Amino acid sequence: MAKRVGIEVSLAIGEVVKLANADVVAAYPITPQTHIVEHLAELVANGELDAQYIPVESEHSAMSACLGSSAVGARTFTATAGQGLELMHEVLYVASAMRLPMVMAVANRALSAPLSVWGDQSDAMAVRDTGWIQLFVENGQETVDNVLCAFRISEDPRVLLPVMVHLDGFYISHVIEPVVFPEQSQVDQFLPPFKYPVPLHPDKPVTMGAFAMPVIYSEAKKAQEVHLEAAKGVILECWKEFGKLFGRNYSPVERYHSDDARVLLLTVGGFSETAMTAVDKMRGEGKGVGLVRLRLWRPFPFAELRQAVKNAETLVVLDRAISFGGPGGPICSEVKAALYGEDKRPRVVGFVGGLGGRDITPAGFEEIINKGIEISQKGSDQEFEIYGVRE
Amino acid sequence: MENYAVYVPRLVTRRENFAPGHRACIGCGEALAVRLACKALGQNIIIANATGCMEIVSSPLPYTSWRVPWIHTLFENTAAVASGIEAGLKMMMKKGRIAQKDIKVVAMAGDGGTSDIGLQALSGAMERGHDFLYLCFDNEAYMNTGIQRSSATPYGAATTTSPAGKVSIGQFSWKKDMPAIAAAHNIPYVATACPSYPFDLMAKVAKGAAVKGPAYVHILSPCPTGWRCPTDLSVRVGRLAVETGMFPLYEVENGKYKLSLDFPKLRPVTDYMKLQGRFRHLSEDIISEIQQRVEKEYARLKEKAS
Repeated sequence: MAKRVGIEVSLAIGEVVKLANADVVAAYPITPQTHIVEHLAELVANGELDAQYIPVESEHSAMSACLGSSAVGARTFTATAGQGLELMHEVLYVASAMRLPMVMAVANRALSAPLSVWGDQSDAMAVRDTGWIQLFVENGQETVDNVLCAFRISEDPRVLLPVMVHLDGFYISHVIEPVVFPEQSQVDQFLPPFKYPVPLHPDKPVTMGAFAMPVIYSEAKKAQEVHLEAAKGVILECWKEFGKLFGRNYSPVERYHSDDARVLLLTVGGFSETAMTAVDKMRGEGKGVGLVRLRLWRPFPFAELRQAVKNAETLVVLDRAISFGGPGGPICSEVKAALYGEDKRPRVVGFVGGLGGRDITPAGFEEIINKGIEISQKGSDQEFEIYGVRE
Repeated sequence: MENYAVYVPRLVTRRENFAPGHRACIGCGEALAVRLACKALGQNIIIANATGCMEIVSSPLPYTSWRVPWIHTLFENTAAVASGIEAGLKMMMKKGRIAQKDIKVVAMAGDGGTSDIGLQALSGAMERGHDFLYLCFDNEAYMNTGIQRSSATPYGAATTTSPAGKVSIGQFSWKKDMPAIAAAHNIPYVATACPSYPFDLMAKVAKGAAVKGPAYVHILSPCPTGWRCPTDLSVRVGRLAVETGMFPLYEVENGKYKLSLDFPKLRPVTDYMKLQGRFRHLSEDIISEIQQRVEKEYARLKEKAS
């Protein structure tokens, strides 16, 4: 029987990495990721997880060590946040382009300056184009389930791409939640052993990471794009299988009272549950409001998003990151781009909020939705609104 | 000694794991050093190569010069990649996912990838005690990008970013003592080598590979292109670097220094420098400053080895 326990989500990630029987964990501590790697180090130290824990001297080396371990065919995990993800930046592109499977949990954190250890999604947005499969989770259970799914997706011979699981720093990472853990036998059934098709080994020498002249670089990039897009089918298949085995179902775009709603709020990550509370209240007052949430960020779920919002008049998008001097939030501009070619599409209003650990309450979401409706009707001379700034 | 010279080459494998057909410059001392190192290392290795000359001349997609497993990812992370390879292999053998086999992980990088941008990753990997051999192929500047100075460029050498000029002698700082930095990590084996002394080089590489734990071999690799010398002088220039004391050959085994070649009297540094255009602009004063410094450092090294 699967166990249901109260556990801090960071520790739960460690537990599920243990269930996945990871071979190598290379990590560097950074708030708010620390509890994840501390717990993994503890599991290794106690012999509960038979893995090599490499306490590297930087995040750049953490990700680099992961390249090496994945290239010999070892099941590889790491975790980071904020500045750490930025320090990894150039290495992230290499992991995906060289088709090296691994899983990374990112406890999303704001970026300096000013220094802030608290949560937003600036770090995630900065690594948007690194070629990784990227998921945003909403709570502890979803984190655990999707870290497990991430191993299966990443190592699938049809995919062989690294996967990032984004969870809000503190809001999810440090919260104690009831989590149902699968049994080891169920995990073993769900997650086959990792078998990398072309590992580095003297028995069959391969050259990895050759350089490309202009005559071949474009072809390499096209191949990468095709593979990332094709991974979506495997992701859907994995979630379907997971649902059958564990009874919890996941989809690229989560919908909450969205079918009959004239006004939709679009959120990403843990804020969504708070936003649902606001949606419930407004619906109770007879307002036609609903919520859609992006779970799959890369590859972008174009079809599912278009389907989810097609009947709405207004779509209010909340970003927890700014593209400075640009159109506002990165998610909002992608949503606008995804809908631009549709004959029937909602008016899209962009908000940026919840930066650097600033909370948004249910009343705040209500305010955002109402303001969004107002802007959608009257128009605005601003490209986007920043919510909750003390003037 | 004569018999030694005749017979020893017959003991060296004819197999070239760094295959011919790569695109290194004519007279490249680094390609020669890599070739010799590969002969000493044999088949059961995995190489992690930093970005740099040897990477770029050997791996234009879809071709490769490598007959051993080889990976290149980035410039500054080679020691970290090697850490991951070593840890991954160890765990997979422990869990029975691959057969037990003695596979040596070899990291290789140039002087910039080692003593500048890759120093942190290397220090971390040595400190953590991974079982790997690190080879630094030192041609004393960023040659691949067009002869820019690194911290391994010798004092007074003209490079494209330390040019000699009316108010500049060229490189303004003294060559970073990278082998001493490696030795300061208290690793079991550190050595210096030069392809002008091929058997010494192969013996040290083999010794470094046989050691359990981190080993570091710093290989002076003459670069006719960057040093501005005739392409047929690579080997001679390397010998002169050693004979003048500019680049002494030694080992540090478990902290104990040992000179590989000792000279009762060093040749004057000008014997080495006059063959190379990068030192052509130097005044008598600067040359004499270099001479004094080389003698002082050589004496210090001898003392450590005594």
